[in-house]
Amino acid sequence: MEIGLNHYLVLSTILFAIGLVGVMRRKNLLLLFFATEILLNSVNIAFAAISHYYGDLTGQMFAFFVIAIAASEVAVGLGLLIVWHKRHGKIDLDQMSTMKG
Amino acid sequence: MFEAIAFYLFAFLTISMFYITVTTSQALYALTALAAGMIFISAFFFILGADFLGAIQIVVYSGAVMALYAFGMMFFDTTRDVKEKSGNKYIVSGLSILAAILVVVIFAAPMVSTNITANYPIVEGIGNTQEVGMVLFTKYLIPFEVAAVMLLVAMIAGIVLAGKKMDLSLTLMSGEEIQHAMEEQNKKVLV
Repeated sequence: MEIGLNHYLVLSTILFAIGLVGVMRRKNLLLLFFATEILLNSVNIAFAAISHYYGDLTGQMFAFFVIAIAASEVAVGLGLLIVWHKRHGKIDLDQMSTMKG
Repeated sequence: MFEAIAFYLFAFLTISMFYITVTTSQALYALTALAAGMIFISAFFFILGADFLGAIQIVVYSGAVMALYAFGMMFFDTTRDVKEKSGNKYIVSGLSILAAILVVVIFAAPMVSTNITANYPIVEGIGNTQEVGMVLFTKYLIPFEVAAVMLLVAMIAGIVLAGKKMDLSLTLMSGEEIQHAMEEQNKKVLV
């Protein structure tokens, strides 16, 4: 039973779908961030698998940059979330409709 | 054989952990399940021979990002239950399946064409970390530096947003103003 590239791609797709369901279901902004992390991680698995099965290091490089972007996104996002929580006391998505878009 | 066992075991563990993350109503359960899932994902990187990426995954995600979330959760009221969005379930599941199929197509599209050659081939005989270093500091040097600047900007933004009294600058104030501000602070502490 050989594990091929398709196994990893199917796994990353399943994880991506789980993350998408999380993004669409959640109302709490903190848990929305968690779902975003799941999305980024599933893509990283696919990058690493393609890098391994094609013998090319480019996939791993992109995974590194994705990790760096995820780290900075968390820092800025949590800072904004804390500021919002200080002003309004809640971090629910439905109450962030001040622009009435 | 062992590779297959490890793959299926960690696939099962990762999927169940992330499923808990997106379905639980307790924010703390979601945080711990997410941290466990990050550790399990690093196992895939070790299986795939990307040792350095696996180590980075553990250090950055389960170390830095999870600690940051844990600190952030101290500001929020995490004990109450999380309310869910009550939208149309068919739309949500349909969009999810559509997006998942889209991802498969995106990743499978390069495989259909057979004339793919490795741009930066993996050299036999030297470690993964050394290979990564050689490619990262030659071909990807500029993106690497830009990522460093971006992390610096994100760090400053995080400090300014979450820190207290960041609107005061002690270097730009005169001595009397600093004295005045300190006296006011002492009054507040005493009262």
